[in-house]
Amino acid sequence: MRDVPGRPGGGSPGTRLGAQRRPGKDGGCGGAARARHIFAILLPWLLLAATIGLWSVAAVSAPGAFELGERAGRNLLEFSLEMALVLPAMFVLVGLFDVWVPRRLIERHLGRDAGPLAILWMVLLGMLQAGPLYAAFPVAVALWRKGSAPRNVFIYLFSFSAIKIPMLTFEVGFLGWQFSLVRTAVTLPVFIGLAYLLEWLLPDDATIPGAPVSADSAGLDRRGMAHEGSVAG
Amino acid sequence: MTILLAFTGFVLVVSFIADRRRTLAGLIKAARMFLTLLPVLVGLLAAVSLLLAAVPPDLLERALGGGVLSFIAALFVGSVTLMPGFIAYPLAGVLKDNGASVAVLAAFITTLMMVGVLTLPLEIRMLGRRTAVLRNALAFAGAVIVAVVMALILR
Repeated sequence: MRDVPGRPGGGSPGTRLGAQRRPGKDGGCGGAARARHIFAILLPWLLLAATIGLWSVAAVSAPGAFELGERAGRNLLEFSLEMALVLPAMFVLVGLFDVWVPRRLIERHLGRDAGPLAILWMVLLGMLQAGPLYAAFPVAVALWRKGSAPRNVFIYLFSFSAIKIPMLTFEVGFLGWQFSLVRTAVTLPVFIGLAYLLEWLLPDDATIPGAPVSADSAGLDRRGMAHEGSVAG
Repeated sequence: MTILLAFTGFVLVVSFIADRRRTLAGLIKAARMFLTLLPVLVGLLAAVSLLLAAVPPDLLERALGGGVLSFIAALFVGSVTLMPGFIAYPLAGVLKDNGASVAVLAAFITTLMMVGVLTLPLEIRMLGRRTAVLRNALAFAGAVIVAVVMALILR
């Protein structure tokens, strides 16, 4: 509530990028950075306005006369519907996960010292869900912040996108069971290996910006779940 | 989809009965997280809608028809675009009927699911720049491996 939505902890990639690109120029650098910053904030809404604009043009012109606008509008509607169906539920689950699941439980089963059984948990968790990859990011953040090892977070993300039970019928229907079976069998080991490689490549103290939730949950730990906080810290 | 919604509703009710204040704290957290990400999501959806509208499906079908160039094209098209499974698999089925090889299909499907260039701003916001970029780069390499291995198995 205190912080401006969308700007947690100076996370304006636009300004940082601008500063990097013009290291020597002092004059106008601040102005350019600010312009970039404002542009970064406005860009999503400009894109939305453009899409809706094209759609309206298509809507008032004769059917079939302006196909680009028609298609863009139809895509926007489809994607928004998909998002509206999946994302709220995802976020509610993540929020409840955050307040209910104790950190030490996650650390014990999915943390850096957890055994290979963690792989099974992550694959199961990932393959049972449906939805686009971006729906998995909040869950990944929640797992990471609760003390799950990076490799397990990546295994979750990869298996979320690679093997989805609800999508399997589609794949088998259009590409054949042989393709599906071999793809799953090849994809799993490759991407579990990559998850380990990824953890090894990242520094041990790698953190994630997550969302502004982190500061908030620290406060909640102090108030509501002090015992868990002390065990974890 | 319905399972997810039903499950969420069930968990929410149980949580509410167990501890109302804690449930409320969780919901507020969820809402705040959602609002923080909303601008990025909106931009993402609009950008994808425009991009997919600008590239007609038959152009995609021709570009991914066959050959080494198609393989590379499939890798990049899959990486950049973002489409739900119920669009992607039928499209892959059309490609298959048009003579696309196993390697092309595997490259397209795998990068489509694992690599997200358009979702990168969102991923950076959530996982951090280095982690997000590394994850996507490795996923791209993994997709190449998967496609090649699959082509060897299912030749």
